[in-house]
Parts: sequence; structure tokens; C-alpha cells
Amino acid sequence: MRNITLSQAVNEALAEEMRRDPTTFIIGEDVAEAGTPFKVLSGLVEEFGTERVIDTPIAEPGFMGLAVGAALTGSRPIVDLMFGDFIFLIMDQLCNQAAKAYYMSGGKLNVPLVLRTNLGATRRSAAQHSQSLHALVAHIPGLKVALPSSAYEAKGLMKTAIRDNNPVVIFEDKLMYNDKAPVPKEEFLIPFGEANIKRAGTDITLIGTSSMVQVCEKAAEMLEAEGISAEVIDPRTIVPLDEQTLIESAKKTSRVIVVDEGHQSFGITGEIAGRINEKAFYHLDAPVLRMGAMDVPVPFSPALEDITVPTPEGVVQNARKLMSGEMIHAA
Amino acid sequence: MAKAKTNTEDYLRMYRQMVRIRVFEDNANQLYLSAKMPGLTHMYSGEEAVAVGICEALTDSDRITSTHRGHGHCVAKGADFKQMFCELLGKEEGYCRGKGGSMHIADQSHGNLGANAIVGGSMGIATGSALRAKLQGSDDVSVCFFGDGATAQGLLYEVMNMASLWKLPVIYACENNGYSEYTKTEEIAAGSIPARAEAFGIESFTVDGQDVLAVNELTERLVARARKGEGPFFVELMTYRYHGHHVGDINRDYYRAKEEETIWKESRDPIVNFGKWLAEEGIANAEDLQAMEDEIRADAKAAVDYALSAKYPDESEVDMHVFAPTDPATLRPGA
Repeated sequence: MRNITLSQAVNEALAEEMRRDPTTFIIGEDVAEAGTPFKVLSGLVEEFGTERVIDTPIAEPGFMGLAVGAALTGSRPIVDLMFGDFIFLIMDQLCNQAAKAYYMSGGKLNVPLVLRTNLGATRRSAAQHSQSLHALVAHIPGLKVALPSSAYEAKGLMKTAIRDNNPVVIFEDKLMYNDKAPVPKEEFLIPFGEANIKRAGTDITLIGTSSMVQVCEKAAEMLEAEGISAEVIDPRTIVPLDEQTLIESAKKTSRVIVVDEGHQSFGITGEIAGRINEKAFYHLDAPVLRMGAMDVPVPFSPALEDITVPTPEGVVQNARKLMSGEMIHAA
Repeated sequence: MAKAKTNTEDYLRMYRQMVRIRVFEDNANQLYLSAKMPGLTHMYSGEEAVAVGICEALTDSDRITSTHRGHGHCVAKGADFKQMFCELLGKEEGYCRGKGGSMHIADQSHGNLGANAIVGGSMGIATGSALRAKLQGSDDVSVCFFGDGATAQGLLYEVMNMASLWKLPVIYACENNGYSEYTKTEEIAAGSIPARAEAFGIESFTVDGQDVLAVNELTERLVARARKGEGPFFVELMTYRYHGHHVGDINRDYYRAKEEETIWKESRDPIVNFGKWLAEEGIANAEDLQAMEDEIRADAKAAVDYALSAKYPDESEVDMHVFAPTDPATLRPGA
């Protein structure tokens, strides 16, 4: 199998789906000739023209609103939001309009729309270009949320998102755009709501999302050297969430750490930990541990920024504690 | 009165549609006052000529977006009383199976993309509907209804900018009823409202929103031009709401004088004045018009009675319609 970058994988998914479905179009800032600041869309305007790769003014609520209206009337827009942090600008259109149209209309109107944006700190971009805000979106009923963890997932999930009849938000990790992974040349889609067991293990379960899947895999390798067998699971989509796979693993290993790059408080880690506590409590030998980003705005200084996000070393330390029983009585 | 439609049938249909809106609202208000309706609603009474004059220039494949004060748009675009009252009462047979209520009625079979409870919330949707028409090469026109209060929302300026850049077939219909909720418009809007659109190079018009023929004549012209790619357009329609901001806003002396309301109701009423014109032109006499109104009132009563006794949605519907189904066959490679 060939190796391609996450950026190429997204580009391929978009091109394939745009060839397949003439009602799709891309809309956003600097998406055409510029191909976005991350160059993910390079070449698409040459193939599909400016009618279907539409550069907008810097007006996020405006172009998001246009996309919702186009989706309600028969198009399948793919909205490009340059940074995940800008999601705050489009909250009304995303959460009050797109998310609720199908329900409020009793199933008459639907919004088949993809919002592709990004997450991830440690790019030295400070507090307004580094946030991981997927929990905020996952909280709103009516929105699906995908978190690709490699080029393979980025392609397969994007293709499913475009064909889905609902608003789907895909957060790509902006630090992974140049990371390569094996991606089949043949067409494939990854269904939503199916977690991927990246590595089987028996002593502890590490659940990681997006960029944190790599962190969990590295931690698992380090733990193996110490004789601890870690299972690594990537939920791939958090809405819908493949609860069953996570619970089964928790029951099998009896110890779980959930690792995610969103802020720890009121976030994805707490949500997953809560579900495991409710449904696997009597199988657990330790409290389910949450590891999110620190509850601080992302700092600029590298000396500070790097300590705000979970690391493989941090996961290993916590895994050791769980294995030794140290944290069982943690307050 | 300006003359637009030249055919008696069209005049009488416009009159009928205006009366249907007034009668619908009288009944909705009564349902609220008698505590039979859950929640609140916002009356369109007094503004009928705006919705009817505009929607009579549209076809079912032309789209509108509506507002919290949306019953008038919904009726004017062709909706049925029974399903509307069922929706107002949260019943299963409502347009949205009781899940939307007064502020979210959508009737996509007549091109109504729905009312919106966020002031200005549908400006993007209407403009996006126009973008879709342009991309798909259809000549549908989209009309975005909103009030004077909504002109304070920034979204309007973002979408007008794009609509003008891309010559989208959208008409921004600003219903200026003089009040932004409980505040006079002049206290919330600096400068002129149509000038806002002109700044984007959008042709703008101000029209008497109490004169259904004037509204219709202008809209017919703009719709025809928008179909040819000459849009977008902006229209400010000067009108008046007879009730408060919502049905519960009854003691409103602190922001609006009773005398002012009386003047509008007694000398500017769009239905009374159009009725007089129809009589003067020999199109219908007072008895004909009264008979029409009686028939509409009987229809409305029957619809209200039906809705009152209709069933609520089953509890099992509470988590239905959160997500639209996607056919698994479409998710296979090669599909």
C-alpha cells in the first residue's frame, strides 16, 4: 500500500466525492487558488472551477449561513473553516440553524453539510489558533463529529461525511497534515460510529482521539517494555460514539485512561469516563482516568505550551499508577 | 393604489389571502388568551399586504425564509390552516409534527424554508438558497423576510456583500413596522435602512407596505429581474404591527401610544383599504367581501376545533428526527 500525507488524503477524498456528486461544492476563505494556508485543497480549483471551489470574504457566519441555506435546498456544501478556533464565530449558524433544522421541521428539512476544520496545539500559534473545540460541538444534538487520527481515517471519514445526510464536523489535527500513513488506492469509506482497536492488550485500555491516538500508541510501546499490555482504541467519531467497543475493552482490561486534546473540564474525556463508569463499574479495578489539555488558554511560549497537552510520558506515568493501585483512592 | 395584477381573480385572491392571515391571527391570539396554546406567539396582523404582495409574485419553487412573526408569510406562501393550528398547539399533524411550534413552522412543499426564532438568523439561509439556485442553473428566487430590528445584526452585512459580489437571486424584504421588539426603530437604527444595502451596490427600494398592489407590482418586477440574474435587491416595506411584540405584550403604553395604533388601524388598514378599492373598481362589493370573510372564519374555526381535539405526538417521537437517515447503500465504495 502507498503512503500519503493526511493533507493528500483529504484532498483525494474531496476530489473523489466532488467527481461523484455534482451537488457538492467547497466554500470558505482562500480555498481556491491559495488552496488554504495548509495547502490541503491545492489543485481542486483547477479541476472543479471557481463555481465549485468558492473563495469567500472573511465572513465566517456569512458563508456558514450560505452553506446551511444551500444544504437545505439540495446542495452538499463542504465548508472550510480555516482554524477550529473560528467556530465561535459561526455558532448560531451551526448550532441553532444547521443542527436543529431536521428536528424542528419534524423531519422535513435536512442539512447535508460538512464543516471541515482543525484542532491541535503546540504549533506556537497561541490561544486563538490552537484550540481543540470538538467537545463544544459534540454537546449539540443534531451534529456528528469525526476526529481522524491519520491519513487513512482522514480520507475514509471525509468520504462518509460528505455522503451523510446531516451536518458533520470534521476536525483535522493541523500538526498532522504532513504525516504519512498507508492509504489504499482503491476506494474505501470508514463508517461512523465504529471504533478502531489500534492495538490489542489485556492490562489497561488507552482511549485516544485524533492526535492523541499517536500519543497512546507511543505510550503503549513504552509500557510494553515494562511488561504492561495496553490496548489502544480510537473512537474515530465521537458522535456517534461506539460505546460498545469502549465498554467491552474496559470490562476486559479493568483499567482505562481517556486521552483527548480538548480541555479536560467538561470535555470528551469526562464524557467517555462517565459512560464507562455507568456501564462497566463492577469490572473496573481503578477509577477511569481523564487526560485532557490543561484548563488554560493555550500559551504562546514553547516552554509553557508543551506542558498543556498530554504526552506519551504522562500517559505512561498514569498507567503505572493505575496498575500499582496508587490512584484507586485518589480524591 | 398602485395597479399591478390586471385580473380580477388575482385581486380577489390577494384580498382573500390577507383576510386569511388576519383571521388566522385572530384565532391564534384567542387561543393564547384562553390559555389553550402552549407558549407565546407573535402576531402578523397589520402587516398582511407585505407577505401577500410579495408571495403572490412567487411560485412554489421560489423560496422564502421567515421570522418569529411568521404566520403571515406561511399563509401567504400557501400553507393550510389545519396543519398550522396543529403546529401551534404542538400536535402530531402539525407541519413539524409539533416539534417546531409557532416560531419554526416550515412548509417546504410551498417553498417556505421555515420561520426562525433567532432575529436575523435566516439571512444566511435565504442567501444560500439563492446560491444553490445559481449553482444549479435554476431561475428560482429566494426572498428573505426580516424586520427593522434585524438590520442591527452583522450577518445581514456579510451575506449582502456576498450576494452582491456573486449577483445572487435574492430579495431582502425588510418589514419596517416601526418597532424593534419594545424599542422604536429610530432608537436602534442610525442612518437610513435602504442605504445599508446601497453601500454594497444593491438596488434598494422603499414601498408602502400597507398597499398590497404597490408591494406586488414592485415585487413582480424585481422577481423577473432576479430570475435574469440582475439581483440581489433590497426592499424596505413601511408597515405596522397591530399587537405588541408578542401576544403577551399587552400593556405597551411605555413604548407606544394608543393614539398611534388607532391612526394606523383606522386609516391605514391594508385589508379595509384594498376592500374599498375593490368596491370602487366594481370588482367586488361589500357583501361579497363579507361573505368571503365569513367563509374564511368558518374554515378557521373548523381548523381550530380540529387542532384542539387532534392528538399529541407519541412520546416515542421525542428522540426521532435528531438525525436524518443515510441509506447505507450510498456508503459503499463504488456507490
